[in-house]
Amino acid sequence: MATSTMQFKIYRYDPDKDAAPYMQDISVEVDFAIDRKLLDVLTKLKAKDDTLSYRRSCREGICGSDAMNINGKNGLACLTEIKDLKQPVVLRPLPGLPVIRDLIVDMTQFFKQYHSIKPYLINEGPRPDRERLQSPEDREELNGLYECILCACCSTSCPSFWWNPDKFVGPAGLLNAYRFIADTRDQATNERLDDLEDPYRLFRCHSIMNCVDVCPKGLNPTRAIGKIKEMMVRRAI
Amino acid sequence: MSKLTIPVRKFDAVIVGAGGSGLRAAIQLSEAGLKTAVLSKVFPTRSHTVAAQGGVSASLGNSEEDHWHWHMYDTVKGSDWLGDQDAIEYMCRMAPEVVVELEHFGMPFDRTDEGKIYQRPFGGHMSNFGEKPVRRACAAADRTGHAMLHALYQRNVRANTQFFVEWMALDLIRDDSGQVLGVIALEMETGDVVAFHAKATVFATGGAGRIFYSSTNAFINTGDGLGMAARAGIALEDMEFWQFHPTGVAGAGVLITEGVRGEGGILRNSANERFMERYAPNAKDLASRDVVSRAMVTEINEGRGCGPNKDFVLLDITHLDPATIMKRLPGIREISIQFAGIDPIKAPIPVVPTCHYQMGGVPTNYKGQVVSQDATPIPGFYAAGEVACASVHGANRLGTNSLLDLLVFGKSSGDSVIDDLRSGAIGLKELPADYAERTLSRLNRLNTQTGGASVNETRLELQRTMQKHCGVFRFKDMLVEGVAKILDVEKAVLRTEIKDKSQVWNTARVEALELDNLIEVAKATMISAEARKESRGAHVRDDAPDTAANPNGRDDVNWHKHTLWHRESNRLDYKPVIMKPLSVESIALKTRSY
Repeated sequence: MATSTMQFKIYRYDPDKDAAPYMQDISVEVDFAIDRKLLDVLTKLKAKDDTLSYRRSCREGICGSDAMNINGKNGLACLTEIKDLKQPVVLRPLPGLPVIRDLIVDMTQFFKQYHSIKPYLINEGPRPDRERLQSPEDREELNGLYECILCACCSTSCPSFWWNPDKFVGPAGLLNAYRFIADTRDQATNERLDDLEDPYRLFRCHSIMNCVDVCPKGLNPTRAIGKIKEMMVRRAI
Repeated sequence: MSKLTIPVRKFDAVIVGAGGSGLRAAIQLSEAGLKTAVLSKVFPTRSHTVAAQGGVSASLGNSEEDHWHWHMYDTVKGSDWLGDQDAIEYMCRMAPEVVVELEHFGMPFDRTDEGKIYQRPFGGHMSNFGEKPVRRACAAADRTGHAMLHALYQRNVRANTQFFVEWMALDLIRDDSGQVLGVIALEMETGDVVAFHAKATVFATGGAGRIFYSSTNAFINTGDGLGMAARAGIALEDMEFWQFHPTGVAGAGVLITEGVRGEGGILRNSANERFMERYAPNAKDLASRDVVSRAMVTEINEGRGCGPNKDFVLLDITHLDPATIMKRLPGIREISIQFAGIDPIKAPIPVVPTCHYQMGGVPTNYKGQVVSQDATPIPGFYAAGEVACASVHGANRLGTNSLLDLLVFGKSSGDSVIDDLRSGAIGLKELPADYAERTLSRLNRLNTQTGGASVNETRLELQRTMQKHCGVFRFKDMLVEGVAKILDVEKAVLRTEIKDKSQVWNTARVEALELDNLIEVAKATMISAEARKESRGAHVRDDAPDTAANPNGRDDVNWHKHTLWHRESNRLDYKPVIMKPLSVESIALKTRSY
């Protein structure tokens, strides 16, 4: 059996009893044959200490609940291979958002920005009896966009979002904005571009590309942002 | 006890759960201008609908001829004739409308060359009343649930739906007449307990797949709606019927869609044999899920499993064009690499049958109204999706009918709320004096318990017991023993202890409260299964074998009926299966083969 003791340093804070946050050193027996992912080990830790708090649900990288900062990089606990992690494994809540407790952050600001881009199809035309047609090529434009799971790994790794979370839409929101701009069924392209043509909402992106580096779904918000900028330039001339 | 009070908030309707069915119901209510609260334990797009992969069924006929009546026939047959034919007709007839509607909401379906919604073959989907496979599953790659859940959430953003995110409903409020008046809920961030007093309460809380040790389900699938309903004196229907999905990743339990077989994937045993040809000569790998899962377990039990312990079989798509895999099955490729360490383009995926879906639930009619035993609606109470039993899935659900169920009954339950409010059938009745007592004493017990049982260990004991005693194949003696064991586990559940006493985001408390719900589902399942002395659909037992008088072990004379489990003294009743559809002729009982 490939069992070994692993060292963890975990950010702890319970506002009900702690005056200030602290880093807790914990060691845990890990059986690499069973405990494959970081979430498996967190489950094990929680079985011993039920006060350890984090979000989780699907455990397969599709619900976006268990995003956290793992050894300095944002990622999903359920997709992070445990044996690849350098020790001590340092776990912190996602940076840049208020911490509620332990690894749980307040995501209000993140969702506010997502909601601000009108994340729904706008087509005020008469509803046809059947589906609106879309060619396979046009549909392909949505690949790499619609798969976003709103885990916030990207936005909370972005310095521009840290400084201006109330004004800069952030990579997740902008990726989703482009998802609707790129959809041939959507009729609000101009309004969407108008809304983003703003020194903060879009143009705080300085192509640092942390978002691309951390996206657990392999999506590329920087590319989507570039496409939006390109469309703004094109409609200006 | 002195009278305890909690804050009360008033709404026209409260929807509990924000997965597919809850969000679909919310669209109806918000767009109708009703004051609606949607409560969810998780942010809506984290609900388990997000994990559905393969498709949603509708007889659109985009690639070849199809008809809702054929879909209806397949669903009745898939249910092993336990499904109610009025509800099944309703669902299959509504399917094209609700799927097209979803497309209008923005769902990014894959497309055919003509630009229509792409459809793929799926298990048990046949044309012309069971003749040959048909393309009926409407798909967005292998991320259909994710695309659907996000599209439904987005439509709710447009409709300005009021969400209460990370609120867990704890108990149903009913008055002496039996009318449902809302729920009591816990705000996870603050620990506050609040009553949501409403004219209508819609349960869309999903399933309870976490009663089994090995499950494709998310951690949150703890049967909260079923627990609340059972504690409020509402019977649970057909709880012995659980679907084991043929293809969960061996060891990890993560789902691999049936769409893989729809696109041409083949199951193989250790001799590299396509064994499904022996079990289902016509449909082969695309037979119904219960049939395929039993075939797999039989192969493993007879020594033809793969791997060092011969405990799984292989799902092979290495013969498919890699471009097809990248285009149609990109998500399962990711999952295979992540959770099996295998790239399915190069090597087959190790799979085992894994608990996936609960066919039973809170009894409803096809309008999404919760009904009592004599089919009369319980005033103010509605349910849709996996928590509900309409019953469209009967003894075995067809793949892709779950996403369809969400849309159809999410919508119909919303419409029923609107109708019942407008007709004056329901209104805001006064809360009974002691409405919060049960919940508060439960919370108080948990806060003060000492020397109690560990939540984690008790839950594991529950899950292992269900897995061992109530799995793919069931045995008379094991079921009898299983009932006793689960009643023992219940004793531990009643005295669970948590160390975390914080008011803020107390996940230990949430897990203990979830265990209160899991145990109700486990009891309902084990007791209903022990009592049903036949084999039907997903419920197959050793003492009801295949005979000339009872083909496949199905005993229509004695057991063609729905089970109703009552929490109070674990009493069982039965009610007839509705064989009369709404407009077409009844689909008569027949031996089921694929």
